[in-house]
Amino acid sequence: MSELTLTVMRLGFLAVLWLFVIVAVQVIRSDLFGTRVTQRGSRRGGNASGAPAQGGRQAAAPPQQRQRRGAPTKLVVSEGTLTGTTVALAGQTITLGRAHDSTIVLDDDYASSRHARIYPDRDGQWIVEDLGSTNGTYLDRTRLTTPTPIPPGAPIRIGKTVIELRK
Amino acid sequence: MSVVTNTTTIGAIELPSRRNTELLLLAFAVVIPIFAYANVGLSIHGKLPPGMIAYGGGLAVLAGIAHLVVRRYAKYADPLLLPIGTLLNGLGCVLIWRLDQSERLQNLAKRQFGQFSESAPRQMMYTALAIALFAAVLLLLKDHRTLQRFTYISMAASLVLLILPVIPGLGADVFGAKIWISVAGFSIQPGEFAKIVIAIFFAGYLMVKRDALALASRRFMGLYLPRGRDLGPILMIWAMSLLVLVFENDLGTSLLFFGMFVIMLYVATERTSWIVIGLVMSVAGAAVVGATASHVKARVTAWLDPFACYTKSGACEQVGQSIMSFGSGGVLGTGWGQGNSDLIGFAANSDFIFSTVGEELGLAGVMAFLLLYGLIIERGVRTALAARDPFGKLFAIGLSGAFALQIFVVAGGVMGLIPLTGMTMPFLASGGSSVLANWALIGILIRISDTARRPAPAPAPSPDSEMTQVVRPS
Repeated sequence: MSELTLTVMRLGFLAVLWLFVIVAVQVIRSDLFGTRVTQRGSRRGGNASGAPAQGGRQAAAPPQQRQRRGAPTKLVVSEGTLTGTTVALAGQTITLGRAHDSTIVLDDDYASSRHARIYPDRDGQWIVEDLGSTNGTYLDRTRLTTPTPIPPGAPIRIGKTVIELRK
Repeated sequence: MSVVTNTTTIGAIELPSRRNTELLLLAFAVVIPIFAYANVGLSIHGKLPPGMIAYGGGLAVLAGIAHLVVRRYAKYADPLLLPIGTLLNGLGCVLIWRLDQSERLQNLAKRQFGQFSESAPRQMMYTALAIALFAAVLLLLKDHRTLQRFTYISMAASLVLLILPVIPGLGADVFGAKIWISVAGFSIQPGEFAKIVIAIFFAGYLMVKRDALALASRRFMGLYLPRGRDLGPILMIWAMSLLVLVFENDLGTSLLFFGMFVIMLYVATERTSWIVIGLVMSVAGAAVVGATASHVKARVTAWLDPFACYTKSGACEQVGQSIMSFGSGGVLGTGWGQGNSDLIGFAANSDFIFSTVGEELGLAGVMAFLLLYGLIIERGVRTALAARDPFGKLFAIGLSGAFALQIFVVAGGVMGLIPLTGMTMPFLASGGSSVLANWALIGILIRISDTARRPAPAPAPSPDSEMTQVVRPS
């Protein structure tokens, strides 16, 4: 065997061995446990897996809603078992309730399955609406009867849970 | 999901079974040792080795059987454990075959035992037996929690396994360490199996006692000191591992058991003080034994300066040769079959097999091997994290901890980081007990990971169906 062949084989073996290690690490990477966040609703296709053509079109399209100045950007749970939870407000409806398909699943005996929802109207103003809950939804201290715009910083009380919209 | 207006859904990832990934990796893991085998043949004899088809085919068949058993009986198991085990085992066989070709070792064996017998075919046979054991573990052990019933039986069993080599007539004193027993012409190393059995005891025991050990303690100088009666078991294990050290002259096994217990204790109680107590106790024990037992003392001398006593003691010469082979390997190694690691002489293909890796594959190869071991350990720890029952968690941690300690002890020993202990490198080293025990270990880890990664059973009655309580103004 020539020296050259042996050298090539020696380096080739190391390369193959390392390739195996790298492939194994890649398998781990695609195998991480945890939770998956799926984009849903009108912005479907904004996923990383979206086709390039689709992505291109979306980039060209104007944003659906102009962000109003001073509009709240996140929803914060300030009391109750979920205290500290924040949800970004991205122009979609947020449902609250004990039902497990709610955006915010309340672990609260005094909340109904589908308790309330918070959604932006055409101008981007956030509205809270009670969905016929048993114990009612309170904005500040008044029980909601109709969909009501949320003033900045006003607490919304659902059972033992209080949420607020913040910038 | 009826509500389509949600912005995001946060849900657990439904894990695919990953069996096809495993098959692909497994194919890769069979090809690499065949490549290495051809490489050794070409560099030593200048032609492809004659047994290549048989060897490669054998490894592929064994891997295929193992894969089918996993596919059938542990569908959701971790996809990495089996391929990495196969790769290491296959490369181990190649390393042993490569050392079989060494004329130096052949002559040494002829001088010492009158004849030379190849180790590689024997190792292949043990590998086949080990894969059978692996399949048996997966077939018979449907749920690892059944092992929990045998908590105290396994304590007794592991004690018996540890004591066996000391019993006169049964134990065999091989080169100073009494860790073998010979039964019907076969020498068995019971310590390798005791490692698994004792993990069952530790896991079952700590699962029950973890709260007492974690909570009932006094705080002293920033450390949580356990009550005396809770300290009992750790003292007992410590004494037992010291006894093993004294009577069997085996530093590795005692370190392994004590270390494993401390790791599991730490994981079960989340108290750093156990690590501190464990380290202090093992250092104290090792210092006392190191100063008194002659066998251990020789190893410590060989570790401190192998070249000072190089010509005087065999232990020093072995460690010195091992360090030199790592050095002459350099970064990329000399290439398969072109090193002189056979100068280590006795135990070149068992305790010192990692030196051959160091010389012929260099630092790059050593790192790759250590990473492969690291991946097995990582998958074990990941399995422990994902396991849903405390027994499974502790058991998986114990097994991967034992595996990690063993690798540290062996690799550290041959590299001169710690005194040499006379344990075997899992999957690489020649020896039936080691291969059998490590495949059983991988089998149990695969069983636990299958249970852990299996999609959760249907959730309990959903909260939607529960009544909402009504607020009554009082």
